[in-house]
Amino acid sequence: MLSKSQARAFFLGGTVVTFLIFIGLTVYSFMPRNDQTNHASITKDVIRGKELWETNNCMGCHSIMGEGGYYAPELTKVVERKGEAYVKIVLQSKEPWGPRGRKMVAYGMNDADADAMVAYFNWISKIDLNGFDRVVSPLSKDKN
Amino acid sequence: MKYKSQKVAYWFFALCMLLFALQLVYGFVMGFARIGMDGLHEVVPFNTARAVHTNLLVLWLLTGFMGAAYYIIPEESKRELISVKLAYVQLISLALVGVAALVGFHFNIWEGRKFLEIPRELDYLVVVNVLLFLGLILGTLYKAKQRTTTSLVLTMGLVFAALLYLPGMIWFDSQVTDSFFRWWVVHLWVEGVWELIMGGILSFLLIKLTGVDREVIEKWLYVIVGLTFLSGILGTGHHYYYIGVNKIWLIVGGIFSALEPLAFLAMALFAVYMYRKGEKSHPNKIALFWTIGASIVSFVGAGLLGFAHTLPQTNLYTHGTLVTAMHGHYAFWGAYAMIVLAIISYALPNLTGRKHYDNKNGHLAFWLANIGMLGMTVAFGVAGVIQVYMERRLKMEFMEVQNETKVHFVVLILCATIFTIGIGLYIYEFIKYGRPNDEALVKED
Repeated sequence: MLSKSQARAFFLGGTVVTFLIFIGLTVYSFMPRNDQTNHASITKDVIRGKELWETNNCMGCHSIMGEGGYYAPELTKVVERKGEAYVKIVLQSKEPWGPRGRKMVAYGMNDADADAMVAYFNWISKIDLNGFDRVVSPLSKDKN
Repeated sequence: MKYKSQKVAYWFFALCMLLFALQLVYGFVMGFARIGMDGLHEVVPFNTARAVHTNLLVLWLLTGFMGAAYYIIPEESKRELISVKLAYVQLISLALVGVAALVGFHFNIWEGRKFLEIPRELDYLVVVNVLLFLGLILGTLYKAKQRTTTSLVLTMGLVFAALLYLPGMIWFDSQVTDSFFRWWVVHLWVEGVWELIMGGILSFLLIKLTGVDREVIEKWLYVIVGLTFLSGILGTGHHYYYIGVNKIWLIVGGIFSALEPLAFLAMALFAVYMYRKGEKSHPNKIALFWTIGASIVSFVGAGLLGFAHTLPQTNLYTHGTLVTAMHGHYAFWGAYAMIVLAIISYALPNLTGRKHYDNKNGHLAFWLANIGMLGMTVAFGVAGVIQVYMERRLKMEFMEVQNETKVHFVVLILCATIFTIGIGLYIYEFIKYGRPNDEALVKED
């Protein structure tokens, strides 16, 4: 029958081993040769777009790469799907956008910020998502 | 209670009740918005309601864990807390930081990272607060007359939870790297170190409520938390399938997250077996209901419902849909909310000296809350499956699908009302118990 010290050894041993493997896999994932994001193409505009994405809590309603609030459309391939002009109109609208019933906060962004958001969405759309991009944006896939 | 300083736990539990009640209000705001009744949009848009709802959940659960630690650690260490005054300072500062963050959300002051919306400036205050809390707990343990496995596992969970908050504070230019390390906080909290905290509280409650030998319970506690880390750490990979990192996570995440239900199954079997083995003579039946209930519901919510969409082949379709909300609600309820309500139900008569152990309202609160939450889970589940089918198989537009799911949110609101009545009764009983007092002190065995 299992003793308390054996049970403790199972806990500590299992934890240490799996944690070390986890760290190893994390390092492996971020090696430049395993990059699926085209990290080198992150421009100042993309970074500004990410800042705007966060400071306005867009993820509270929308989702990106499948992560977010599930209240408003997924935006991984939004520029391909809707076009740059449409995306900018939504972001720059001074009235809450809501063509199909659900209202969006009216951000009234200036041109530079709207361009940064588009750059951010364009960078996201080129990430290799292991097949998810085809499922999450069927209209985009059909269009192409 | 056996030590005067345990009284501080009561005020943490009281704050818990307040925050929990507030969380439900924002849940209703979101529910009504989903069926088109978004009259509060200008004041509380959906993203604000969501951030407040989820952060209140985290905040009230952490407050509950801290209250549990302040109740359990003195009793397990056989000594008073090293400073009661500092514990009150910690409580007040925690409440102030929490309120500042929640108010800020209403004025567009946040980070917009799911579950980690608190702005980085406030993160530093959170760190100071948690360091004070850990200082008090570790200081008490250091001077303890005895150090039990239960208290060590509980403390280990709290220390790791604090450490794991740090990766969430780092800025990354890449959304992918940001998401990757955000899951270090969120996943390794809820499917890792929080289970240690849950295990520690569960072990304490089973020792007290069943009378089974401590050595037996604590031995199995090690096995359970061992299984938790063995599956949970590499199980983080199920969040990495489709966010732009290497395909190796499809295999690693798939295998290890499929093992995650084992820890919850072990916990459920452990609690039920200890109950059956025990004396069944403890009068606090309501605490027993919440304790055994937590172990079973966490297995269903976190274990089974998590398993239902954890394999990469399934997750490819369910990722980013309401199926996640189904799993999330029942998992958080079973694993963490119920265990906090269990320790409060156990501690309250001991802190106040009023032995209303087996009251009708208490039982009604348990059943209404559980039936309501089960109904909400089913409503989310049906809406989620419909969303997966229509959006990802039939390729319908997002809002077209959302309009089709409205009826399920009406059901969800009805079930949430039953849930709220249950929680309302629980809070009513909490208030009725009155405040802690020194007359409730009993001598150490």
